[in-house]
Amino acid sequence: MPTSREFRWSRTVVTLFMFAGSILFLLPFVWMLVTSFKMETDVFTYPIQWIPKKWNAVANYKEVWFGGYPFYLYYWNSIKISVLTTLTSCTVSALAAYGFSKIKFAASSWLFMIVLVTYMIPGQAILIPQFILYRNIGLFDSHFGMIILGSFSVLGTFMLRQFFMGIHQDYIESAKMDGAGHGRIFRSIALPLVKPAVATYAILRFIWTWNDYQNPLIFLRTDKLFTLPLAMQKFTSLSGEFYSLIMAAAVSAILPLLIVFIIGQKNVIAGIAMGGVKG
Amino acid sequence: MEPTREMPGANKPLSVRERRLRTLRRSETISGFLFVSPMLIGVTVMVLIPIIATLLLGFADWNFVQGWDGIKWVGLDNFRTLWQDEMFRKSLLNNIVFLLTVPVYMLISMVLAILIDRYVYFKGYFKVAYFVPYISMTVAVAVVWQVLFQPSYGPINELLKSIGIANPPQWIADPNYALISIMMISVWISIGFNMIVYIAGLQSIPKDLYEAADIDGANGWTKFRRITFPLLSPTSFFLLVTGIISTFKVFDIIAVMTQGGPIGSTSMLVWYLYDTAFVNLKVGYASSIAGVLFVLVMLITLGQWAAQKKWVNY
Repeated sequence: MPTSREFRWSRTVVTLFMFAGSILFLLPFVWMLVTSFKMETDVFTYPIQWIPKKWNAVANYKEVWFGGYPFYLYYWNSIKISVLTTLTSCTVSALAAYGFSKIKFAASSWLFMIVLVTYMIPGQAILIPQFILYRNIGLFDSHFGMIILGSFSVLGTFMLRQFFMGIHQDYIESAKMDGAGHGRIFRSIALPLVKPAVATYAILRFIWTWNDYQNPLIFLRTDKLFTLPLAMQKFTSLSGEFYSLIMAAAVSAILPLLIVFIIGQKNVIAGIAMGGVKG
Repeated sequence: MEPTREMPGANKPLSVRERRLRTLRRSETISGFLFVSPMLIGVTVMVLIPIIATLLLGFADWNFVQGWDGIKWVGLDNFRTLWQDEMFRKSLLNNIVFLLTVPVYMLISMVLAILIDRYVYFKGYFKVAYFVPYISMTVAVAVVWQVLFQPSYGPINELLKSIGIANPPQWIADPNYALISIMMISVWISIGFNMIVYIAGLQSIPKDLYEAADIDGANGWTKFRRITFPLLSPTSFFLLVTGIISTFKVFDIIAVMTQGGPIGSTSMLVWYLYDTAFVNLKVGYASSIAGVLFVLVMLITLGQWAAQKKWVNY
């Protein structure tokens, strides 16, 4: 058996190696960040200037945010869609999760089966009918349509149902004795008890909606309704050879969410670990 | 109204208790429906009806521009064409090649998870660091890699040239390297998710198993082979299935980096589906691709249930 001193030594060595590995792993991000501060002419100089010789950060970011293709607008669109989608998705999921776990009613189990089946259907297999539907009911090319599209995730129902099932039935029964209806019980007893789980799901849903590219690509047409991922791609094709600007845009697209993630990392990681499948 | 039960000879009214129980049950049913109905209506309109429509449209020849009257029902024609469609075959083949990424990132993630869980200081930092690519906007990440892979003056090829490789590959511009480039990026992105799930799996292994193994004088490798690996098998199985399914959904990276090119070398099912439906507007034909996608994912999911009982060591 290794002595504790040997153990501490080997632990330090492994930590150092892993640290070097993580830097290498994150190098594309470092390059992106550094390049966004550079003059365009210095972008591809080799050896790579990891610290820019000439700084052009302010001009680059100003161009990206307020130039011909203003990022502040797409930011606002992304925030609006992500926040509202998260709110509706959490509400719909929490209601359904409570209904499927805490109310005993006749059709409950086979209705749950229906929900379970839809979980297995890959989103891309239904894009075409959704597109046709949206064109016909006027939800195409609107933020409202985007929000509806992300509001019925079965994943949230599954996650929250697990937690509602963890609430002892006695709580519910005794509240019923006192004359509370399910609406009351849900609001003032059940929901507060699963708040951490709702927060976890909310962060995940927010991140997924924020990063989503496919749905906006198909369901949005008008330029001023675009979300960040669409704007990012359009900006890239328009800015062509201005790589420092493209990197400033990429930093703008990635960084804020990264900060949200680092603040809420405990929740995110717990949610993922719980078997949060992307969807 | 519910029919009252008639008993021969006696026409007893329901007892108060029984009646109250019945109204109670009815009100439970009503509130149950109220609670689940938003979700049910949502998935019915947004998922169930669309999937039925997809399966039906797979048998039609139609495009968006023709309007409803333009639908022609052609039976199995789409599927027959699909079978001979070079591009579809290539896409399907690329999907199969792409499956290789799954064991690769699972292995890397498992090693990282074990190291992070057992052998390092500052666990929190490492979890976040390796998770960053997964959480980052794929479109932005893809744009960054596109520049890094730039064949003539991109940083990666500059580096390769400086260490003496005279003719480095053209990466995403070369049909022979494009798919493998995308696969490498996909591995890099997926490691974070898999690592986090593996760490959770590791933490659920009881510590006393390792203590018992220590007493028996087992070395690290034996402990890994006899305890860690088998007890991680449910986690590995879960990751394998979700990993396989996720390879069938790859879209963002391809749409941003290669658009299926050069010469179709990175076309995959969902890309081809998108291209056929929303660029070429062949709705019926695209629906038949969607049908194939649906059936494949369904088969994997159902296979999962069957296999789970057999192989997973709980």
